[in-house]
Amino acid sequence: MNIHEHQAKEVLKTFGAPVAQGVAITSLDEAEAAVAALPGPVWVVKSQIHAGGRGKGRFKELGPDAKGGVRVSFSRDEALENIREMLSKTLVTKQTGPAGKQVNRLYVEAGAEIERELYLSILVDRETGRASFVASTEGGMDIETVAEETPERIHTVAILPSAGCTEADADALADALELDGTAREQGTALFRALYDAFTSKDMSLLEINPLIVTKSNDIQVLDAKVSFDGNALFRHPDILEYRDKTEEDEKEIEASRYDLAYIALDGEIGCMVNGAGLAMATMDIIKLYGGEPANFLDVGGGATTEKVTAAFKIITSDPNVKGILVNIFGGIMRCDVIAEGVVAAVKDVGLTVPLVVRLEGTKVEEGKKIINESGLNVIAADDLDDAARKIVKAVKG
Amino acid sequence: MSILIDKDTKIIVQGLTGKTGSFHTEQALAYNGTQMVAGTHPKKGGTSWRGSNGETLPIYASVAEAREATGATASVIYVPPAGAAAAIEEAIDAGIELITCITEGVPVQDMVRVKEKLGTSRSRLVGPNCPGLMTPDECKIGIMPGSIFKKGSVGVLSRSGTLTYEAVYQTTTAGLGQSSAVGIGGDPVKGTEFIDILELFLADPETKSIIMIGEIGGSAEEDAAQFLIDEAKRGRSKPTVGFIAGRTAPPGRTMGHAGAVISGGKGGAEDKIAAMEAAGIRVSPSPAKLGETLVEFLKA
Repeated sequence: MNIHEHQAKEVLKTFGAPVAQGVAITSLDEAEAAVAALPGPVWVVKSQIHAGGRGKGRFKELGPDAKGGVRVSFSRDEALENIREMLSKTLVTKQTGPAGKQVNRLYVEAGAEIERELYLSILVDRETGRASFVASTEGGMDIETVAEETPERIHTVAILPSAGCTEADADALADALELDGTAREQGTALFRALYDAFTSKDMSLLEINPLIVTKSNDIQVLDAKVSFDGNALFRHPDILEYRDKTEEDEKEIEASRYDLAYIALDGEIGCMVNGAGLAMATMDIIKLYGGEPANFLDVGGGATTEKVTAAFKIITSDPNVKGILVNIFGGIMRCDVIAEGVVAAVKDVGLTVPLVVRLEGTKVEEGKKIINESGLNVIAADDLDDAARKIVKAVKG
Repeated sequence: MSILIDKDTKIIVQGLTGKTGSFHTEQALAYNGTQMVAGTHPKKGGTSWRGSNGETLPIYASVAEAREATGATASVIYVPPAGAAAAIEEAIDAGIELITCITEGVPVQDMVRVKEKLGTSRSRLVGPNCPGLMTPDECKIGIMPGSIFKKGSVGVLSRSGTLTYEAVYQTTTAGLGQSSAVGIGGDPVKGTEFIDILELFLADPETKSIIMIGEIGGSAEEDAAQFLIDEAKRGRSKPTVGFIAGRTAPPGRTMGHAGAVISGGKGGAEDKIAAMEAAGIRVSPSPAKLGETLVEFLKA
């Protein structure tokens, strides 16, 4: 789960990380109070959307010459003007896609005097199986570009879980970031605070880009991006409060209510599959035969009839769907449960497009029997290859 | 021969009393008499479990107690995500040699902690978020459907549960059958990697060929390819067919679980396929042609 920059800073502040003073607003009525609450002389107005590249992004409604999604203002009036121009407009960045994202909230923050911009993040490194810091003196830019062009400027420090972020780890990071004096003292404290935040809140990514050293040699978190491990949210009700559903696809929200893994795509063949790997492979084979998948949908292992019905409804609510492929290889998932769900859903919402069903594995005979006896107009498939051919043929003719 | 499990393997079920644990334990008992010997539950020690076909198993309060009483060397975990890491840790502490965690949705940082503990223990963990292991006609640990297996010569290993079944089903249909099949699971931090299982398959005389199924994200497939190149130089190699799921997945999105996310061009399908082909692995373009591709490879 992703949260906004201002929420990330709120969380990090509770762990003692130095962040600038700021106020988040969602309507113009709050603008004057927000600007008045900050001392100046510089106010930064930042679009709050769940996508990066905001500074270089452009507002759809304002034309190519208007300023981007993060604006530095040198007076209260200028800040207010920027707020009026930015709020509720559509910001297009390299991460939003061409449709862009509506800016429903802004964060007004006290400006800082920047001496150096650094990069710092923590993530779980799957190769070592440990939380690792990634640090670079090349902050404020795309870290993947840095990794590609100047890999020697990227330093990683893996943390041993039982020891936590040790003095030696913190020193290694301070060296990597070339910190000295007060910045070094503040930095080593910050590294530990961030590691504490990362582990105790079950973050999957904590990225500070840039982390700045100010002209007075102080450290400050200038931008923060935090994602949480969806599997651990059950023990963090406080973090769940931060969820902003306006940032999510409606069908994806509905899917998450039923604990289904669903991602909307642009094609015409709706897919319902069990298992992430098989779901991806099903998308691959549809494409191999000339079709385009309309979605990724993994019903998971513990699906019930209700869950399958919900999945089916989500797929059919997509107007682009011209055909549906149900591909189930039962292991923990039982074919009879899937079959019952499909039959119930079709009876409930009707079926206006071709439906190909391929069942195999646990309780397959029972599943096939349920489908056959339902009287529904279902195209049965023998195996994955057969299923992909049949659905592409049914849709493309 | 087979790898990791055979007809003599005795297994304890952690989470036997739940619905999922019960169902799959019944299936395992029905599969050529897999030796499921006991269950554990902290509050139900001393009672017994009864399956829907009248089977019974004793329940112990802890894994250590169950191990002591039965001599089991393996355990399988069906407990919910919040308690899965603690269940693995309990099994490690009890000295269980082979721990298989089926549970899906275990918090990643729980696994980071478990992984450190595993490193200093003699236990092997398969999973979490995996379908388990099978040695046809001998032993079934986990949730793989027994009916699609056939004793034979192909070693199957996969990050994806249901794609493991595809590979098994297709090698059965092709008449080759399997020596053993292992689903290592799709989570980013897990107990067993491709390399660990490849090592065992290369060493197993009954495994004549291998199917390895990967997916986008991470670098486990690249590591496995490098391992096979190194082993081939030492004179150990077996015909291997591969597949990578997620060729058409849009970048930057996590597909289903944290296992399959691609970012910044790393861990992409094409890189993995190139690495696998460089190691002499025959990569099947379609997930439906794993068996066929292997048969052709073996003929050539």
